[in-house]
Amino acid sequence: MSANQPIISVRKAYKFYGQLSALSDVSLDIFSGEKVVIIGPSGSGKSTLLRSINRLETIDMGNIIVDGVDINEPGVNINTIRQELGMVFQNFNLFPHKTVLENLTMAPITLRKISGAEATGMALELLQKVNISDKAAAYPSTLSGGQQQRVAIARALAMSPKIMLFDEPTSALDPEMIGEVLDVMVNLAREGMTMVCVTHEMGFAREVADRMIFMDKGEILEEGRPAHFFDNPRHPRLQKFLKQIL
Amino acid sequence: MSNSLRVRIEISDGASIPDPKDRRLITAWSISFAGAILALVLLCVFREDPFWLMLQFISDGVVVTFEITILAILVSIPLGLITGLGRLSGIRAFNLLASTYVEVIRGIPLLVQLFFLYYGLGKFFGLGGIPAAVIAMSFCYGAYMGEVFRAGISAVPKGQSEAARSLGFNKAQTLLMVIMPQAWRTILPPIGNEFIAMLKDTSLVSILAVADILRRGTEYAGRYFNYFETYTLIALVYLIITLLLSKGVSFMEARLNYYER
Repeated sequence: MSANQPIISVRKAYKFYGQLSALSDVSLDIFSGEKVVIIGPSGSGKSTLLRSINRLETIDMGNIIVDGVDINEPGVNINTIRQELGMVFQNFNLFPHKTVLENLTMAPITLRKISGAEATGMALELLQKVNISDKAAAYPSTLSGGQQQRVAIARALAMSPKIMLFDEPTSALDPEMIGEVLDVMVNLAREGMTMVCVTHEMGFAREVADRMIFMDKGEILEEGRPAHFFDNPRHPRLQKFLKQIL
Repeated sequence: MSNSLRVRIEISDGASIPDPKDRRLITAWSISFAGAILALVLLCVFREDPFWLMLQFISDGVVVTFEITILAILVSIPLGLITGLGRLSGIRAFNLLASTYVEVIRGIPLLVQLFFLYYGLGKFFGLGGIPAAVIAMSFCYGAYMGEVFRAGISAVPKGQSEAARSLGFNKAQTLLMVIMPQAWRTILPPIGNEFIAMLKDTSLVSILAVADILRRGTEYAGRYFNYFETYTLIALVYLIITLLLSKGVSFMEARLNYYER
């Protein structure tokens, strides 16, 4: 694949919930290594867009091409595509019946067919990276929200995905725990991971994003570099939105 | 009426499962259990004839009762799992099949199902009493079990399957590795309850000439005309068995919650 072919390409995507359009003529190319931050008011379709990229939601019209494969084509094995798309949820969604370590090793052992020892070694490294090595044997219910989210990031990374999708990863956290999760995400960005983040953390966006996307009512209304985006917003709805949250 | 608050009252016909956290000595369970054991022992010691003799006479009936209950539960659990999955399935034909099965079975009394299988179909197939009993009880309880599985599976938060699917697990792996291990916690106590209810319901099969506890008792009473004593003993035996089982379910429930804080 050539270097300037996008790793994710959303083309004229539409999604309807009854009369409401959650996505309306959305087109977006994301390139390998890029960090894209999607913002917008609630109900703007930003989570729907993110969740359409790994087909947790299916679009009604248009195409989504991930790593050269149209994921909505019949006969496509979505499971192998999802292995390359790590996802972090607002509510962590750790597996409560598994220890932290098992949460990390389960998918690589089952899906990547690597040995338990190898998976454990890799998992411990990842836990160290997200600063939570001491909790490897703990069950998720004994961890704080910030700790759980860091484990959730490590769990997604354990599959060595090419792309990470973040769906409001800090929205369910107490304010004092947001920083520890953002730190992990900033480090990940520095390592060159391709990241698509839906978030309200504007400080993070300014620091990390290569490109910002503003969505409202299912449409992409503005797109640009953070500097332009924050200091020189053009679309009146973006101006209004930024005024409300900053 | 539109604003009226509707409260749904869930009533189970099974024995009530003791609360595993209740560490008090005197509970409804301990009173019933101690009372039943005491009565049984006293009767057998001080009125050896007929109680001790009777107990020996019906002991093979206890085995038959357990045999039927265990076989039927072993069949009804997978049947219930398939039914529950069917009821949750987006595949219309599968969903409809499971729902119709539940609808039909629930609308026919177990006793009628037993008669239908044993006497009705017996005309064509000649099923024995025990196979007829096991089949009827399995299908009847499979339908109830289906509802238990459906409720248990839908009680697992949607984010769990989304997390598993987003890692790349397929539907079957997600069900086996993520959903079911969590659903068991909610499913197992009601299954225990169904097991106990089923054990009691097996007394219906005594009508099909299956030598279960009740049938053996009736044979004994018919021989010596001591109906009062016989059915007193039968009641005590059933009570002790169901109380022990409900305690077992309670222990199981406590063990299943190991990962909760």
